[in-house]
Amino acid sequence: MSGRITAARIGVVVFPGSNCDHDAYHVVKHVLGSGATFVWHKETELPPLAAVILPGGFAYGDYLRAGAMAARSPVMGAVRSFAAAGGPVLGICNGFQVLVESGLLPGALLRNRGLKFIHQPVHLKVENGTSRFTSRCRSDRPLRMPISHAEGNYHADEETLNRLEGEGRVAFRYCDSRGRITDEANVNGSQRAIAGILNEAGNVLGLMPHPDRAAEAELGSDDGRAVFESLLESLEGRG
Amino acid sequence: MTEPLVNTQVAAEHGLTGAEYDRACRIVGRTPTWTELGIFSVMWSEHCSYKSSRVFLAEFPTQAPWVVQGPGENAGAVDIGDGLAAVFKMESHNHPSFIEPYQGAATGVGGILRDVFTMGARPIASLDSLRFGEPTHPRTPYLVSGVVKGIGDYGNSFGCPTVGGETSFHPCYNGNILVNAFTLGIAPIDKIFRGKAAGPGNPVIYVGSKTGRDGIHGATMASEEFDATSEERRPTVQVGDPFTEKLLLEACLELMKSDAIVGIQDMGAAGLTSSSFEMAARAGTGVRLDLDRVPLRETGMTAYEIMLSESQERMLLVAAAGREAEALAVFRKWDLDAEVVGEVTDDGCVTVHHHGEVVARIPARPLADEAPRYERPCQEPAYLAAARAFDPASVPAPPSLSRTLLDLIGSPNLGSKAWITRQYDQTVRTNTLAGPGGDAAVVRVKGTTRALALTADCNQRWCYLDPRLGAAHAIAEAARNLACVGARPLGVTDCLNFGNPERPEILWQFREAVRGISEACRALDVPVVSGNVSFYNETEGRAIYPTPTVAMVGLLADATLRVGAAFPEPALDLFLLGPAAEPSIAASEYLFRIHGVEAGAPPPLDLAAEKRLGELLRALAGQRLLAAAHDVSDGGLAVALAESCLLAAELPGHEKPVGATIVLPSVQRADAALFGEAAGRAIVAVTHGAAAPVQAAAAAAGVACTRLGATDHSGRLRIEGKRGEAIVDLAMDQIQRAWSGALPGLLG
Repeated sequence: MSGRITAARIGVVVFPGSNCDHDAYHVVKHVLGSGATFVWHKETELPPLAAVILPGGFAYGDYLRAGAMAARSPVMGAVRSFAAAGGPVLGICNGFQVLVESGLLPGALLRNRGLKFIHQPVHLKVENGTSRFTSRCRSDRPLRMPISHAEGNYHADEETLNRLEGEGRVAFRYCDSRGRITDEANVNGSQRAIAGILNEAGNVLGLMPHPDRAAEAELGSDDGRAVFESLLESLEGRG
Repeated sequence: MTEPLVNTQVAAEHGLTGAEYDRACRIVGRTPTWTELGIFSVMWSEHCSYKSSRVFLAEFPTQAPWVVQGPGENAGAVDIGDGLAAVFKMESHNHPSFIEPYQGAATGVGGILRDVFTMGARPIASLDSLRFGEPTHPRTPYLVSGVVKGIGDYGNSFGCPTVGGETSFHPCYNGNILVNAFTLGIAPIDKIFRGKAAGPGNPVIYVGSKTGRDGIHGATMASEEFDATSEERRPTVQVGDPFTEKLLLEACLELMKSDAIVGIQDMGAAGLTSSSFEMAARAGTGVRLDLDRVPLRETGMTAYEIMLSESQERMLLVAAAGREAEALAVFRKWDLDAEVVGEVTDDGCVTVHHHGEVVARIPARPLADEAPRYERPCQEPAYLAAARAFDPASVPAPPSLSRTLLDLIGSPNLGSKAWITRQYDQTVRTNTLAGPGGDAAVVRVKGTTRALALTADCNQRWCYLDPRLGAAHAIAEAARNLACVGARPLGVTDCLNFGNPERPEILWQFREAVRGISEACRALDVPVVSGNVSFYNETEGRAIYPTPTVAMVGLLADATLRVGAAFPEPALDLFLLGPAAEPSIAASEYLFRIHGVEAGAPPPLDLAAEKRLGELLRALAGQRLLAAAHDVSDGGLAVALAESCLLAAELPGHEKPVGATIVLPSVQRADAALFGEAAGRAIVAVTHGAAAPVQAAAAAAGVACTRLGATDHSGRLRIEGKRGEAIVDLAMDQIQRAWSGALPGLLG
């Protein structure tokens, strides 16, 4: 990134069919009081941005594999360049699916093991508490936030999984309310209970759970707020 | 293209009676064309014309100072303060959902979402009221799975959370399930759009999916009974595309920020026909349609097919003259098909052009105003006297009431509905303060301190045994549900699901139910602002129980005053508000589920007492005196207590249900004290310090307040008689297993 960003401005990409774009925007702008702007999927260049959020939803309806169409949309070329230049990119739910389909993150998100859409609160163990997306996450107990997806079952080959773990790139795992990694808590059947992963450089995070829906106590949990706070703090540090 | 000739017999095949056909001839002043006959047929179908129900529906109270839009538009609207309106409606999609559950339910959701955003309101919450046949019926698991997936896939993709609703199972729905979908949206009061084709010369614009041959005569199908050949009607069920609907939503809301739109209506039942005729009739204008400009999905479609198609995700709108380019540009931005397909005229006729010919020309107002209206005969059904006669002494109390409680809480109607609601996105848009499982769902209104409470209710057994009283109970229970979360009722929308109205017994049920709703709404000061009627819910002559489902919307001026149904901690005092007298087991879920008997009169309903209870609950919530409040309804006191203990496990930071020990206030026969159902009752949980003020407030309000016991650390639910003897004593874990397993055990 070039130039000093005085008021961090975060771009929320709007694909046709994104439906958590307003939610991410709301958290950044109204809950955290930072700058937020929407970025249209047909754009081939990004405006000056401090970070990019790929929001949840059903981009292009996801009638093909989830995220497959969005990964090939004009804006993703610009997002790829942004990430390659070290710009932080956060993909939530459908955004994670888009990141995987774009090749910005490894692996694939298969249908949930029960083959049904699942909406429920889950608990997350923070496996890497030092990344620019997780540095402010609490460590005294698991985070609680909802999942809401049909295709969140993380899958990758053994070598990739070992590498992710070895390099500290597993950001979150599904766990029970006491932080234990159990098969029951891994509701979508993800390999090694993986809920969120980082790229090699640590500037791209994708996760299936919704920190955007758990950023205000009145919604049942504000544990997700720390993900956004971590990101904003990392931007200040690099201003 | 030559169209088939029209005569009385062809008209009869289109469902028009001889008299209706004569009236159609008189309105056009000649023999109608084939396309015109199709138009009359759908517009005068029961589904579109309400010809059997209109005379009764006039009885509904529809006015209140806060009503912004009453019945007759795409949806109703009420003032919620801060310059905003809550726009809402419930609609049935019963017939298509039985034939093709996935698409039927999906398009039901799509239709109600369109009804709401057509008015300029962004949908923020949906409810679904579902009725299925008995779980052991071979078709039930298929229907439940399909309907739930259809609702989920549509709402989840569109991005409107499904925050609540109700589901019940009863053999009377074996041949006709009910799928009633409700949506609520928020709009600025001064930017509510209506379905009016005003301003001759203004362009008429078609936007959304291309028109195909799907759904032709869907409205007519919804106006007939089922028989053995109904499966063959699968092609009349439309196919949903939530992605296109989402684009339509965003494009319409974007365009509505300007003043380029004069009027707008979705193309639901009877598609292009109903939208063009209704918009012209409301404005007192005409509309010229050029079908050659309608975007088509298939080649060779006739005018008849284009006018009657029920392809989904389409809107008809009227733009201000000269602003069409602006409108088309917004739709193009969202990659939607949009075309100017005609214009508003001053001749009062909808004139349809196709391939250079006028294929239909019908005066719009007369088609609407002179639609048939029947005052068909009503007659009290013969079954009633026998069904209401019931002697509780004829039913022995079960040997173990603990076992009975497990059986009830693990039954499909009283068990956890998480198997269903887990498939719905409940929190998208980040407004959901309380989702499914409580008395009412609560969604906040961003940018204000306010929240809205939503609930859907109907006890079909009570409506079967006494349609008038049963329907009044539905309103009373909905109001009580809202009061339990601390909300004041603002308005009602309804889906009146009944059998064939041409049978006097069915129409009598309908008339009585409308009366019951009207009486209760008047007493509780809640207007009916929208709704629909679904008749012909019969298969081979067997009608469903009368099922007048009501959804009620209430307001919490301060969202932080919301009260939940879960007992949040041990050591809370539990009080019963309302009559402490032991209710009868007559007409109860207990009597049905455990003894296989459906008989007796529904419990009496004292609407003045309901009103006092509601005021009291809101006052207590307003003073933050309540830790929890829960309506006592299906399954009686024992089930209500168990539910509030169970719901504690779902609170953040909790893992397990809370325990409780209570003493029954009155025991003549223990099963009645535990499971008997009565109106006007709620359980509240309060801290020790709040107990005295709660009791004082109840006394001042004239509401009985009886201490039941307290929540505790025991991990058990213990219900005692007067002498301290255990009537029910169960580990909460055991109750939880029964409750959670109710639906998975049946549906996998």
